[in-house]
Amino acid sequence: MTSADPVFKTSQPLLAERLKGVLPAHCLLIDEEDLRPYECDGLTAYRELPMAVCLPETEAQVIDILRTCYQLGVPVVARGAGTGLSGGATPHAQGVVLSLARFNRILRVDRNARLAVVQPGVRNLAVSEAAAPHGLYYAPDPSSQIACTLGGNVAENSGGVHCLKYGLTVHNVLRIRVVSIEGEIFEIGSEAPDSPGYDLLALMIGSEGMLGIVTEVTVKLVPKPELAQVVMASFDHVAKAGDAVAAIIAAGIIPAGLEMMDKPATAAVEPYVKAGYDLDAAAILLCESDGTPEEVAEEIARVTEVLTAAGARGIRVSQSEAERLRFWAGRKAAFPAVGRITPDYYCMDGTIPRKRLAEMLAAIAAMEGKYGLRCANVFHAGDGNLHPLIMYDASKHGEWERAESFGAEILELSVALGGSITGEHGVGIEKINQMCVQYKTPELLTFHRLKEAFDERGLLNPGKAVPSLHRCAEYGRMHVHHGEIKFPELDRF
Amino acid sequence: MTLDDLIGQVKAAYDSGTQLRLRGAGSKDFYGGMLAGELLDVAGYRGIVAYEPTELYVTAKCGTPLSEIEVALATKGQMLAFEPPHFSGATVGGCVASGLAGPRRQQAGGVRDFVLGVKLIDGSGQVLDFGGQVMKNVAGYDVSRLIAGSMGTLGVIAEVTLKVLPRPIAEQTLCFSFDEATALNKLNQWGGQPLPVSASFWHAGLLWLRLSGAHAAVEAACRKLGGDVVPQGDFLRGAVNAEKHWNSVREQTHPAFAAPFLWRLALPSTTPPVVLEGLCAIEWGGAQRWYAGELPEARAIAASLGGHAVLYRAPESLRCLEGAFAPLTPGMLALHRRIKKTFDPKGILNPGRLYGEL
Repeated sequence: MTSADPVFKTSQPLLAERLKGVLPAHCLLIDEEDLRPYECDGLTAYRELPMAVCLPETEAQVIDILRTCYQLGVPVVARGAGTGLSGGATPHAQGVVLSLARFNRILRVDRNARLAVVQPGVRNLAVSEAAAPHGLYYAPDPSSQIACTLGGNVAENSGGVHCLKYGLTVHNVLRIRVVSIEGEIFEIGSEAPDSPGYDLLALMIGSEGMLGIVTEVTVKLVPKPELAQVVMASFDHVAKAGDAVAAIIAAGIIPAGLEMMDKPATAAVEPYVKAGYDLDAAAILLCESDGTPEEVAEEIARVTEVLTAAGARGIRVSQSEAERLRFWAGRKAAFPAVGRITPDYYCMDGTIPRKRLAEMLAAIAAMEGKYGLRCANVFHAGDGNLHPLIMYDASKHGEWERAESFGAEILELSVALGGSITGEHGVGIEKINQMCVQYKTPELLTFHRLKEAFDERGLLNPGKAVPSLHRCAEYGRMHVHHGEIKFPELDRF
Repeated sequence: MTLDDLIGQVKAAYDSGTQLRLRGAGSKDFYGGMLAGELLDVAGYRGIVAYEPTELYVTAKCGTPLSEIEVALATKGQMLAFEPPHFSGATVGGCVASGLAGPRRQQAGGVRDFVLGVKLIDGSGQVLDFGGQVMKNVAGYDVSRLIAGSMGTLGVIAEVTLKVLPRPIAEQTLCFSFDEATALNKLNQWGGQPLPVSASFWHAGLLWLRLSGAHAAVEAACRKLGGDVVPQGDFLRGAVNAEKHWNSVREQTHPAFAAPFLWRLALPSTTPPVVLEGLCAIEWGGAQRWYAGELPEARAIAASLGGHAVLYRAPESLRCLEGAFAPLTPGMLALHRRIKKTFDPKGILNPGRLYGEL
């Protein structure tokens, strides 16, 4: 099971008949025109039609769907809002898409306990909106927060621009309720700290729908800071901006947000949002401070001092909430802004140690020449998470393939520099080959055995997140590094 | 001691089917289930492998004393924010394996929140690397955090990378005369406000509150909250100053923890006063409460309140009989066994230390 990709073969009529037995008609899609909208997620380059889409409304229906698929040996791909960028929700041609879109209720907001219990189809931003009257909010804020769902956030361990200070999804979820592929319910975590046994919450969060289906999520809410202000600094050299980031951390400051954009990114963004960015700068930094007014004033003064010493050519501090939001608007709109200047773009998600940033950006500049494609870079600088946006035109022959190779090279360099192929978007289908670069055989085998502990028959989201060893052998054959053959223990085909 | 020495010992044990009892400094021998198997002493595999203050991480071999790491961090004004107890010479491997955190847990998070990567020797003697040294890494399952609190049952933690944080610029401790119910109410009220509360400790009618952050934030919070300011330095207030006080809570040398039978109840922080004799301390904003006594009803009461109870300190025979940790449902136990088998196919690593059945 672990060395080769499994094969599934249940006929669509049989599957449809069995699903009709457990679901009302309005919860099941089987006609091609109804399935079409589900053929891809945010990674539109990969498309596949599933055999059926299930839209359950109750946990009992989820259990019935899973039991049915388990009995028939049919793959199940869970889906939230479908905003994921790594193809985690790309359907399986012999499988079912299990959409949690109708699990869209906020079940409880508890002001005193500072938590919310929500269904997995609730949108990320809706949680903060529901908590706002209590002066609370949900901290992880991926850029897609107006659309993406909590279930998807749990599957991907989503981050956002504030995770340096407030953590990722894994730091902000207290409990999940999960249904296994066999239809068994597991309560994982609780409102009390340190649940007995292994930390399965950590294992489930970021597991990309490979281990179970989440039907309820309890999240931590935190008090909304009284004030937030942002410092915008511009630099002549990218390396200087990178050093400035290190200097802020070295000064003992953990800002609420610390973001960088390079010149191609600001050039794309400025005409679109008019954020007031310095277009002559090689890079700009946005550094946010939040807390009480006294605290913010103290931190902003220190940040300004550090940035000045680090050689910033210009520094501006937001003087109003409107100005703060305008400074951020450019960063938050970076993806759509780049989308305006190119027919298509391909967003990468590597993480690197911050000190290697200048090296990485120089390498990306060289790759632009090599692949004949442009690239703009936005960077969660505080936590080393780089989002290069490779611009291409899918209608031009060979451009997507070049963009894909460009991206693969960036990810593999991320690993070589001591980082990871994905910081917050997940592996999905997109980076599955690069998993063979980041991990060796023993780790990959451990991942497969762990999956079998939850899903022995490999029915949950097969072909995603963790590559089979045969896949790695094939990929290694194409990418022989330094004459070393990877996975020499496997037969080649 | 080298990594190969450790690997060799685990491989030999795997081949011969010998059970191993993993031990660093032995500072937590009192904690968890039975101590069984041949001793695998990892204390000799020690030393800081890498410390990058501006990247906010430290990587150390398992036998490195926490004190050595914290001295290194202090030179750069940084800390292990989960404030793990040292007891007597705790090592970083044991710290991660036990998952025990100290007073700052309520603000900063627990051990697992700071684990970025591990180098693990699994139960067949294979070396496995999970996670890394970057803050964000979602490639593959998050095995590094799974290891935190697993009591050495999934592998020998040969090396671990922890996220570090700057020490707060300012700290101030306040003390209030509150009964249990008032203290719990106040702690939860304050928890919902943007206040820099970094630790709380209630014992015998007194609530101690530590505020940490920027000078201005700490000063503003002190003005807002009132209470008596406990001196930070050597100025004695009934022979107690703030640092010594918090250290005695962290290391459990405070008299509140002196009982020979000690239960730790982890509860939703808003749980009202529990009908259970023997309350000796409340921490973590109400989420961690300590009770002294044999208290056979503790486990059922904690479960009925949505929490769980750990038989934290008791004679080993009783911990083995009752189980140190709250029992798992049959389905959950079966899942734990399958996970255990993934890492330790012959079941040789710390058998019975977490659960008798693992």
